[in-house]
Amino acid sequence: MICQECQQKPATLHLTKVINGKKTEIHLCEFCAQEKTEMFPGYPGNFSIPQLLSGLLFNSPDSSVHSSVGLTQDNQLRCTQCGLTFTQFSKSGRFGCSQCYKTFEGKLDPLFRRIHGNTHHSGKVPKRSGGTLLLKKEISQLRKDLQRSIEYERFEEAAKIRDRIRELEQQIGSL
Amino acid sequence: MSFQNFITNAMSEWMKASGADSDIVISSRLRLARNLSEFPFPMLSTDSQLEKVIEVVEEAIQDEGFTKMGPIQLIPMDSLTPLQKRVLVEKHLISPNLANQSRKGAVVLNQNESISILVNEEDHLRIQCLIPGLQLKEAWELADHIDDLFEKHMDLAFDENRGFLTSCPTNVGTGIRASVMMHLPALVMTQQINRILTAISQVGLVVRGLYGEGSEAIGNLFQISNQITLGQSENEIIDNLYGVARQIVEQERAARRYLIEQNRLQFEDRLFRSFGILRLARIIESKEAAQRLSDVRLGIDLGLIKDINPNVINELMIMTQPGFLQQYSGQELTATSRDERRARLIRERLETGHES
Ligand SMILES: [Zn+2]
Ligand SMILES: [Zn+2]
Repeated sequence: MICQECQQKPATLHLTKVINGKKTEIHLCEFCAQEKTEMFPGYPGNFSIPQLLSGLLFNSPDSSVHSSVGLTQDNQLRCTQCGLTFTQFSKSGRFGCSQCYKTFEGKLDPLFRRIHGNTHHSGKVPKRSGGTLLLKKEISQLRKDLQRSIEYERFEEAAKIRDRIRELEQQIGSL
Repeated sequence: MSFQNFITNAMSEWMKASGADSDIVISSRLRLARNLSEFPFPMLSTDSQLEKVIEVVEEAIQDEGFTKMGPIQLIPMDSLTPLQKRVLVEKHLISPNLANQSRKGAVVLNQNESISILVNEEDHLRIQCLIPGLQLKEAWELADHIDDLFEKHMDLAFDENRGFLTSCPTNVGTGIRASVMMHLPALVMTQQINRILTAISQVGLVVRGLYGEGSEAIGNLFQISNQITLGQSENEIIDNLYGVARQIVEQERAARRYLIEQNRLQFEDRLFRSFGILRLARIIESKEAAQRLSDVRLGIDLGLIKDINPNVINELMIMTQPGFLQQYSGQELTATSRDERRARLIRERLETGHES
């Protein structure tokens, strides 16, 4: 099947959208699919998340979409905490609990990349639930400071920083 | 503090203040989605788990950090009539989803209604802050502070890699939705709005009309918000939106100048006609009312229409919505009698809205 957008490359992404009960199928090559989603990062056009997901998972007559997005196997993954299966998730577009993120971990990067253009959080870290992350951030900052003190031969300061890093590393170990 | 205020006053206290660029930016809003790690997300929680969430929230708002900010109150959805819920929706204090679909849903409101926290909607907590004018940083600081206060009392669902975990994958990461409500009549009149809205959607922002998703913008009010929540920090998201909003403010100002310079007489005529209709009409539909109110608001901003407090217009934009109108009349109304009441209400308010 040929991409309906450029009429040139083979279509690897097959999406189905349903508007007022009327079903439309869309077939795009990887290139055009990317362009379409880049135009509206975080906003998959008229597709809702379930439609996007189920498009990725089920509506492909050939399996190229599966292999290109890596979402074929383990659709029966089931969250141990809330019981949600990956198939249910891809239909509802909603996670059941925080554990779902771990359970479906291996399958989420393509989805997040499509929605957000990113896969990794870089914002606020809560003080309590942030766990070791705040400590790790502090340590990596201290390592930079340490580097600088050594460069400028401020060895007394460097020793202090090294002690502080050890202290924090012990804290992480005891958590 | 009585709950009655939330229902009978059209204008939240916060709306009476003014902020930066408040002639064009009506309000800045910030929402944080948060969940308690202990329970499944509301959709898969049992009723008793959801009740537990409410208990935890009720306890948390006793924290002196909250009480320092003034009186605050938790209102369960099942204690409200459908009409009361609709009014809270029209005031943007709760979502239609919380009003109609939630199990054990509740809202926490502070006295001036700048803070509304939705409990057991799609996520356990949706912390919302609304501030007049273009004040995104201020809204973020307030929401951030409330988030910190909650965190003292509960473990939030958070993952080092994915950030704050939310029911919908579109909110994961920062869980932030920052938005500004802008009044852009001159960009609409000069037919530049579509070009601008297209440009906005290309930088990762999304535009909605005044009420609800996908609905047509009524009264030239547009809500612009961020869509990406994962991979950008809160400050990056806010700075990006702020920068775009500032640019639009400048373009709207330029379009207003253009309209006046180009054909002042015709332009003034249009605004004063709307003013005249609002002051005299006996029947008016909500869509026409919104358009005319937009004209009058523009006339006030430009100093053409004098002696009317712009807050009266803001208030009318909310009061003339169907739900509020019925609450105000104390009864359910048919569409025809709504249009009549609406016209009367506008006439009365414009009478008393004169600044002496
Ligand atoms: Zn193509
Ligand atoms: Zn789960």
